[in-house]
Amino acid sequence: MLHNLTLGELAGQLSAGRISSVEVTRHFLARIERLNPGLNAVITVTAAAALESAAAADRRRAAGESGSLLGIPLIHKDIFCTEGVRTSCGSRMLDNFIAPYDAAVVERLKAAGAVMLGKANMDEFAMGSSNETSFYGPVKNPWDPTKVPGGSSGGSAAAMAASLASFTTGTDTGGSIRQPAALTGVTGLKPTYGRISRYGMIAYASSLDQAGIFARSAADAAVVLELIAGFDARDSTSVDVPVPDYAALLAPPVAGLPLAGVKIGLLREFFDGLESRNAALIEDALRVFTSLGASTVEVSMPHLPLSVPAYYVVAAAEASSNLSRFDGVRFGYRCEQPKDLTDLYERSRGEGFGTEVKRRIMTGTYVLSAGYFDAYYLKAQRVRRLITDDFRAAFAEVDLVIGPTTPTPAFALGGTVDDPVTMYLNDIYTVSANLAGLPGMSLPCGFIDGLPVGVQLLGPHFSEGKLLATAHRYQQATDWHTHVPRGYE
Amino acid sequence: MADWEVVIGLEIHAQLATRSKIFSGSATAYGAPPNTQASLVDLAYPGVLPVLNAEAVRMAVKFGLAIGATVAPRSVFARKNYFYPDLPKGYQISQYELPIVSRGTLRVLLDDGATKTIGVTRAHLEEDAGKSLHEGLAHASGIDLNRAGTPLLEIVSEPDMRSAKEAVAYMKKVHTLVRYLEICDGNMQEGSFRCDANVSVRPRGQQKFGTRAEIKNLNSFRFVEKAIHFEVARQIELIESGGKVVQETRLYDADKDETRSMRSKEEANDYRYFPDPDLLPVELDAPFIDAVRATLPELPDEKAARFARDLGLSSYDAGVLSASRELGAYFEAVVAALGASQAKLAANWVMGDLSSALNRDNLDIAASRVAPAALAGLLARIVDATISGKIAKEVFEAMWSDGQAADEIIESKGLKQITDSGAINGVIDAVMAANPKQLADYRAGKDKLLGFFQGQVQKAMGGKANPAQLNELLKAKLGPGAA
Repeated sequence: MLHNLTLGELAGQLSAGRISSVEVTRHFLARIERLNPGLNAVITVTAAAALESAAAADRRRAAGESGSLLGIPLIHKDIFCTEGVRTSCGSRMLDNFIAPYDAAVVERLKAAGAVMLGKANMDEFAMGSSNETSFYGPVKNPWDPTKVPGGSSGGSAAAMAASLASFTTGTDTGGSIRQPAALTGVTGLKPTYGRISRYGMIAYASSLDQAGIFARSAADAAVVLELIAGFDARDSTSVDVPVPDYAALLAPPVAGLPLAGVKIGLLREFFDGLESRNAALIEDALRVFTSLGASTVEVSMPHLPLSVPAYYVVAAAEASSNLSRFDGVRFGYRCEQPKDLTDLYERSRGEGFGTEVKRRIMTGTYVLSAGYFDAYYLKAQRVRRLITDDFRAAFAEVDLVIGPTTPTPAFALGGTVDDPVTMYLNDIYTVSANLAGLPGMSLPCGFIDGLPVGVQLLGPHFSEGKLLATAHRYQQATDWHTHVPRGYE
Repeated sequence: MADWEVVIGLEIHAQLATRSKIFSGSATAYGAPPNTQASLVDLAYPGVLPVLNAEAVRMAVKFGLAIGATVAPRSVFARKNYFYPDLPKGYQISQYELPIVSRGTLRVLLDDGATKTIGVTRAHLEEDAGKSLHEGLAHASGIDLNRAGTPLLEIVSEPDMRSAKEAVAYMKKVHTLVRYLEICDGNMQEGSFRCDANVSVRPRGQQKFGTRAEIKNLNSFRFVEKAIHFEVARQIELIESGGKVVQETRLYDADKDETRSMRSKEEANDYRYFPDPDLLPVELDAPFIDAVRATLPELPDEKAARFARDLGLSSYDAGVLSASRELGAYFEAVVAALGASQAKLAANWVMGDLSSALNRDNLDIAASRVAPAALAGLLARIVDATISGKIAKEVFEAMWSDGQAADEIIESKGLKQITDSGAINGVIDAVMAANPKQLADYRAGKDKLLGFFQGQVQKAMGGKANPAQLNELLKAKLGPGAA
């Protein structure tokens, strides 16, 4: 079926003229119409615009153009500004916000001729690990509708798992790509901080936010990354490092085992107390890597246990400031009949933001306040440096580190709504990569009680090529990434 | 009544003369219709990011080098968080812990001719806010974000000034300097150059500073002086009547000539400063700083010293003539045409007749109706005794109004000085004959009547007699009775 094809296969069909982009787009739009009501993964469908851009892509193909994503459908996380299309960030605050410009990621994919089908549901302002904080309601996990898909990019992950598009975009501030990828059984890539421009991506925590990809496989993620990575003068934190030909890096070595010479570190702290069935699946994955020629060695990162508290201080601090612009004055939600300026601020923000967003704004305001700044914000920044140093020391010995993506498979909807700390602990294996700005991936590696489990790979800065190649070889040797939830075949 | 000492520190905001804003590409021109120079970045739309304007950095470095300050190899932009409708992001991007410029000095010339060195604690880059508009809108306030994001250099002095006059002298010095460096147009009406004054008083001899009040947004030298005078008197009166000065922000009301409390320290915002994660630290290396140093013009102090040393001007004249680059250049052009030996004459004319004509017609030196070469042409006729200084004033006015050269006017109006002793003596004889009473009085010892005779002769000769020669001839004729 069209929706099961890899990006390479689909591009091949399009360029051979066996199918048109309009037909592919119609197929996916029909799937969204049929399957999305049960998932709530997509909150804005841009059918007419999608068919227009598909037709434009077909004309470009007819004129002799090719391109790895020309005419291929995708869904953007609703955190990316899309010109003329509502960009809600999962919040009532922006329910009425039509973005007047395209984010850098959107712009690049548009230029490549990819076809946007719509915008994916997400935790409000990317704050959440279950997609339950969205103003538009929770997203269901395609593997079990009583379970969460993870968050904050829950809609993008569920849409990918349900094959509602050929790939989807997401953002990862503390695990918001890797965690939902693990919980929905898809491949998720969070690149190095600065690898992809943040321009037009609504900020949650600016020093941690990174755009990334949900795909059917590492090979597909490589195709997309190549098109969206690269320096952008509009984002001062984007890094001017050349973008390699990621797809070419996937080719196996001419001789020897595919992962010969690759040293993989096992993060001891990630396995301490890990539930046994989860641990067993990660060990299975490890055996695959070693069978492909990789060697493994245990590494320790003593400051990792501090990563969750450090993350929730830094992220909340930045968020409290980033979200100040939502004041009811220039765009977004404005309360009815404000009495005066203070009333306008208090009610617009009080009514426009949900509980979790308010909780983080208050936390962030607290940790930046006079008298608390040193004890919280500065201390968290010191922890951040220690964690970065831990990784640096580890990467002096190994090429990549490996561990679980999440402590458990998908948990029940409604289970953590009143228990934010338990929900925050879901990020325990993912936040360290954001604090250190490192690239990471989550790959499907098995199932527990019918729910997918992910294995996480982390690498040094700008090691996406190595991560993708390692993941690709694992996926050539396994078929976990090809499993599809029942009802979404 | 105790003897009080006044302590003043100034925070000057100089708007940098960049073409575009500090973090966006919008234009900074003054006076455009509201919100026509506000981009998505200035409006703080979701997803937009700031990008630092390199020109603003260059200008700040230029200022730092000009005051002998330390230019930081690494400075950091921070967010100053507070809510206000004219602050679209809900925070102002400024520099806090690590400013780009720190520890400089400026020398100011005081009225008594003494100089005083004022310390500059720091100068940092920041963005301006927009403006709230309350006029002409029924039941609503408007916001104009044209100014939001305009680059400012905030120049913070040490509390080194001891009087309103010193504060004004310092502010004028900074004003001169930023215009010299061409980093700020200095236009105070448009708000390009304004200051906040921190004012406190303490009993003379006490080490500890008194509690200070900060007077916000003073946009003229006169207001700075008047606001400080009012504030000092208020504080002294308050303390002497048993009260206490509270730390607060005050506003100066120019119409009522008083300062009023705006908010006290207790009501002050906690700005929750933290490094802006959207901007990288500004890292400047020695080659960059050296390249900026190479663009520094001759600075006002250097120019004044050169005028005094090479041209023999008094320090007062040298100071006035170096107060702006344009005035200095005009003066130097006159001297170049006239010769350095006549610098004092050139200085007197530039500071005197030329300046008053410019003021009268409200013109900048650059728009002077009399060019430097033309003025030099006039002064040359004084030097070679073709005309007297007094006649020269008349010629200058004619040059100013119809643009003719001095020589043409002297020729056409017949203003050439008479140096023929015979002719002058003839008139002296006639005047003496016509005024026997005055002659007798003079000879009886009323020396002052010399002026009377000079005047009568000049009157008869249309003012064209060479004054020195006339003086000499008169004395000889009036004779022995004189002193």
